Amino acid sequence: MAPAKKRNVSSVKTAEKSAKKAKVDLSKTVERILESRKHANDVFDILESLQAEQEKEVIGAVAACSELFCALLERKELFLGKLPGEEDALSGGYSAEDKYRIFMRHRYTSCVEILLEHLSHEQYDIKESAMCCLMKFAAGEGRHPLEDLDWSEHYSFPRELIQALVDNLLSKATDNSLLISRFQEFLEMEDVRYYVMSSIRDNVGKVMDKSKGAVVPVYQNNVFTLMSSISMPNQESELTNFMVKQEGFLNAIRSSATQEHKRVFERMWLGFLKYKLPNSMYKKVLVILHDSILPYMSKPTLMIDFLTAAYEIGGAISLLALNGLFVLIHQHNLDYPDFYKKLYNLLEPSVFHVKYRARFFHLANVFLSSSHLPVYLVAAFAKRLARLALTAPPTALLVVLPFIYNLIRRHPSCRVLIHKPSAEDEPFEDPYLTDEEDPAQCRALESSLWEIKSLQKHYHPDVAKAALLINTPLSEQEDDISETLEVTTYELMEKDLKQPEIKSVPLEFETATRLLKGRGDVLGQHFCLA
Amino acid sequence: MGKAPKKRSLADKVRKTKTSSEIKNNPFEVKINRKKFDVLGRKSKHDVGLPGVSRSKAVNKRKETLLKEYKQKNRCSKFIDRRFGEYDTKMAPEDKILQRFTMERQRVHEKKDVYNLNEEEELTHYGQSLAEMEKFNDVVNSDDESEEKGLLSAELTASHFGGGGGLLRKKALGEEEEGGQRAKSRQELIEELIQKSKQEKRERQVQREEAQELTEKLDQDWKNIQSLMVKKTPKADKQEEKPKLEEYDMMVRELGFEMKAQPSEKMKTPEELAKEEREKLQKLEADRLRRMMGEEVVEGAQSQIHFSADDLNDGFILDKHDKKTLAYQDGKWNMGEEEEEEDEAEDEEGEGESSEEQESDAEEDEVEEEEEEEEEEEEEGSGEDDGHSDLESEQESENEEEEEASPKPKKTLSKEEVKAQQEAAKAELPYTFAAPESYNDLKDMLRGHTSDNQRLIVARTQKSNHPSLAVGNKLKLQKLFGFLLEYIGELATRSPPELSTIDKLIPEVYALCQMFPDAACKAMQSILGDAAHSMEETLEVKGHAAFPTLDMLIYLKVTALLFPTSDFRHPVTTPALLFISQALTKCPVRSLQDLTSGLVLCSLGVEYVSFSKRFLPELINFLVGTLHLAVQDKASLGYIVVPPFRASGKYSDLLVLSSSESCRSWSKKSLPLSATQQLDLENDPDRDTHRLTCLSTCLDLVKRCCLLYKDLPSFTHIFQPIRTLLSKHLSTQTLPEPLQELSSEIVEAISSTPVTQSALVFDKRKPIPLKLLTPKIVEVLDYGKKRGSTREEREKERLKHKYKREFKGALREIRKDSRFLAREKLNEVMNRDAERKRKVKELMGSLATQEGEWKSLKRKKK
Repeated sequence: MAPAKKRNVSSVKTAEKSAKKAKVDLSKTVERILESRKHANDVFDILESLQAEQEKEVIGAVAACSELFCALLERKELFLGKLPGEEDALSGGYSAEDKYRIFMRHRYTSCVEILLEHLSHEQYDIKESAMCCLMKFAAGEGRHPLEDLDWSEHYSFPRELIQALVDNLLSKATDNSLLISRFQEFLEMEDVRYYVMSSIRDNVGKVMDKSKGAVVPVYQNNVFTLMSSISMPNQESELTNFMVKQEGFLNAIRSSATQEHKRVFERMWLGFLKYKLPNSMYKKVLVILHDSILPYMSKPTLMIDFLTAAYEIGGAISLLALNGLFVLIHQHNLDYPDFYKKLYNLLEPSVFHVKYRARFFHLANVFLSSSHLPVYLVAAFAKRLARLALTAPPTALLVVLPFIYNLIRRHPSCRVLIHKPSAEDEPFEDPYLTDEEDPAQCRALESSLWEIKSLQKHYHPDVAKAALLINTPLSEQEDDISETLEVTTYELMEKDLKQPEIKSVPLEFETATRLLKGRGDVLGQHFCLA
Repeated sequence: MGKAPKKRSLADKVRKTKTSSEIKNNPFEVKINRKKFDVLGRKSKHDVGLPGVSRSKAVNKRKETLLKEYKQKNRCSKFIDRRFGEYDTKMAPEDKILQRFTMERQRVHEKKDVYNLNEEEELTHYGQSLAEMEKFNDVVNSDDESEEKGLLSAELTASHFGGGGGLLRKKALGEEEEGGQRAKSRQELIEELIQKSKQEKRERQVQREEAQELTEKLDQDWKNIQSLMVKKTPKADKQEEKPKLEEYDMMVRELGFEMKAQPSEKMKTPEELAKEEREKLQKLEADRLRRMMGEEVVEGAQSQIHFSADDLNDGFILDKHDKKTLAYQDGKWNMGEEEEEEDEAEDEEGEGESSEEQESDAEEDEVEEEEEEEEEEEEEGSGEDDGHSDLESEQESENEEEEEASPKPKKTLSKEEVKAQQEAAKAELPYTFAAPESYNDLKDMLRGHTSDNQRLIVARTQKSNHPSLAVGNKLKLQKLFGFLLEYIGELATRSPPELSTIDKLIPEVYALCQMFPDAACKAMQSILGDAAHSMEETLEVKGHAAFPTLDMLIYLKVTALLFPTSDFRHPVTTPALLFISQALTKCPVRSLQDLTSGLVLCSLGVEYVSFSKRFLPELINFLVGTLHLAVQDKASLGYIVVPPFRASGKYSDLLVLSSSESCRSWSKKSLPLSATQQLDLENDPDRDTHRLTCLSTCLDLVKRCCLLYKDLPSFTHIFQPIRTLLSKHLSTQTLPEPLQELSSEIVEAISSTPVTQSALVFDKRKPIPLKLLTPKIVEVLDYGKKRGSTREEREKERLKHKYKREFKGALREIRKDSRFLAREKLNEVMNRDAERKRKVKELMGSLATQEGEWKSLKRKKK
């Protein structure tokens, strides 16, 4: 530690005081080192406190380091070019000036190493300050490159430093999402983002190859968090925010900056998605896919493999993959064979119960809005949905029923599903084949929507009313289902609970005497009070 | 031009002398405006015009106005009338005259009468001195009054009001001057009338005098004969007759005022009573059905609380069941046998009690009364629930005509026990309670009492704070309902839950709910809303939620007890059903407790829809899921399990038996409701028993559902998974005999329903009538009115039209004015010329005479 230090150990607030004092001392030490070279050996004190136990001391040391080495970088007092070993430096024929620089350069390297280690420290504050410090170093190095420059325009960016930072950020053991969200602020700078993206790709390739295709949830989660926090610029004009001077960067990536950005972005995502993902990760990726990934890819069609794979998985993931597929089909002329058949097979009772119900029905509405679809297909969808409606909760029913009505409205030849006067008298069995996978073979057109007839007896008044509509010819106007897509059960309940004025509530006229007794009591048949 | 005005003026002169009728009858004066067609019932003022009359009128008017103006033209001097208010048009002429008069008086007074003390001007009325009149010299003949009652003649009015003077004077004037024919005849008529009446009067007077003379004469004669006659005086009879009449009157009056026998209610035969009962129930049932169908509620028709004509609006509710009226049957007390068929718990004590109660004084103090009731009960040793009968008797005493007795629970306690309890209660409990102000008050009040006593306390609180007793009581009791609900919730959350206390409190809750439906609805809604809201929140965070706790299950059950579950839409039961469905879809089953909760919810669900037979998909889903839990081999299912259940997973074997041994020892027992909260089953046999019980409950519910939804068109599709489950999977497993039977029954029921359906068609509608091509005829009732425009447009049209007419009229008037003026000017010029001519002639004449004279003089000189 620094000399001339008299500690008052007896005091109660020793720790705090000492921390404060240490800070003051550290800044003094930094000043001293910067003042004259004879105090150069004090740098070891700083490095020592950098590895201390106490959080405050470490943070103070980090601050001191960043001050010291930034200043040294500024003064170009760090050795440039290929660094000789420490022993070589002592023995080799270097001038005193060079020796000093080599010494300091070595200290700088060790400091960076310690800081990188700190990135996986358990204390968040230390992680954060270490990261900030490293970024400062990166900025300093960018301005005053440590490599020998062959020609003056040569652009140099501290790639190694960024690469090391990213490698440590994407930890395999701990969830770094908090730190990554802090890192997001640096990602706003164009050059940092560019190099971070390429570093991620390298890192992912390395790590996943090592794991040989197995899933690494924590790591992949970190990667996803980092990647999803990258927000791409929309236009070239926006490329204004740089960490290192601009011309150099633009020269380094010769072609159009946005194009290059997009290419790197795309390669990063493809590199990530090419490996096997945990199911929850599929959902996360698919949720943001159409919004914040596809638009920034130079060749969105490259995603087709991933989307197809996701679509094959089934369940909620297929539903989500639908969205990405839709964008590809709609905007990029993707030809997807048997799309409707697959969509038809996606329809199973669980679609009404999953979280992404609203999104699914929104998309299904878009897919089925074309009036050029064959009648058999639309009828199959309508019948299938009606059949599934028998197990659906009321909130879903309030979406599905108008949905089916809209299908029938768009395709008037489907009206036979609810109005078949020719076969009015003779009763027949429902010819619809539930298990048939091909909508063309399921004989939906020969059937009728008896399910909706059944739902007219549904317990919820709104559903019953909606189901009653098939008793009369449907109106011309299509129902807008977008309003009911997101309705929750509680909102439905509130409609009854929050009625402004209830005039005379009907009451049960049968006198209640016991809890489990009375007309139509079922509970009492199976349960008793005690 | 020069001639015409002369002619006209001559014609005007002639016209002036003639009466209007003469003019009208003169065909030369009349111009008839030809009508194009006749309209019945229309009166036109303009069919006959009198051009001459109107022209002369116009000319006269112009002479008075335009001519004067013309004459005044270019003159500086002007005649100004300086009389007071002469040019003030705003002043009424009477005011003017009055003001002028006072001013003159003042002027005169100032000058002359400064020293005049006494002398005043004489006041007159129609020229007669008022001072004279005040002496009333001319007294009206009083003889006339008797006969002339109600007759009004001109003379009479004249003499009475003095107003006839004008008439009289007019008459005098009329005699003098020669007026119109009509005026003359009228005056003559009046004169004739007066003469006639005078003559009559005179004649009548003469007659009367004669009659009086005759009677006097008769009296004289009678007195002479009287002494000769026997003294049989009919006059005495007459005198007695009068008091007799009065007596009769009095009697009549007395009879009228005497207390009549009050028309009592007709004593009803048991048949009538039963019929009434049935009708009332039928009405309520019809009401319920109507609400179930979701028809629009007709105002007034559905008021749940039936007010009888005698209702004092004191919250006393006439119960539908046991309206007993004091009735005789074959000369004996009718002891209410008719009720026995319905409720055997209805006993004779109740009847006897009520009859006794009727005898008791209604004005008695409440507390005393209650004590008395207690004693009575003790004496009778009734087996009723003490608190409840207390409540009843109280109500009975309040309203003697109608007794209420809600159906009593079956005797559960022996007589001795009840008696002991009653005594204990009598020793401990006060009879009045203040209504609790807060929930804690209620808790304090009920703490440490047995459940029966708690109920008694609540009942007495309710009694002693009856809304008819004080103003604020209604609010207090409404609050009490909320507190009670909260208390029920708390009882249910205690461990172990005190469900029997809740059970005891149910009648009180029901009674309060009947009293204040709105408040009860609000309280229940807030409970449901809170529970649903918290569930929604956990769902948003976690995606699934825990099963509702026991208090919520109890609340749901209480809701079913208090409110009709069959209504198409009900402010309480609809949300409650939604809550059940939400819980059944979103709460994953992870333990046997969860499953028990789920089955409780299912039973409640079945209960809610059992009357209306509404379709509750979540119920079927849950039952399928439950059955799925019991399937051992989860491969090749053949049906789809709906969330919250999973086809396979950690908790998908909850109901699979650990050993088939337990099947033999198992027998059906009711599960305690507390099993939804905690379940300690240490060993496998216990667990298996519980599993089997759950399974049997589930199967029973499935069976009920089968019966409920038998009529749904998609019945087979709805029950397809259950059928597959039962016939393919569960039948292969070893299950106790009753369960096997149950499941085979269900499979039977499902497969026996017809699978064929007739195709859907729209409802038959009334055919839309063809378009008819006959013209539409609109009856026009007001000709000349513009139609088919808005009010503003019509107003604008009207104003435009008016303006046009006025403009034309004004133009015509101006033209006439200028024509008139031109004529006048011409007249003037001609008059002037004629004057000049005359003067020249005169001059020439005089000159000629002068010349002649001079010549003659000259000749004379010569």
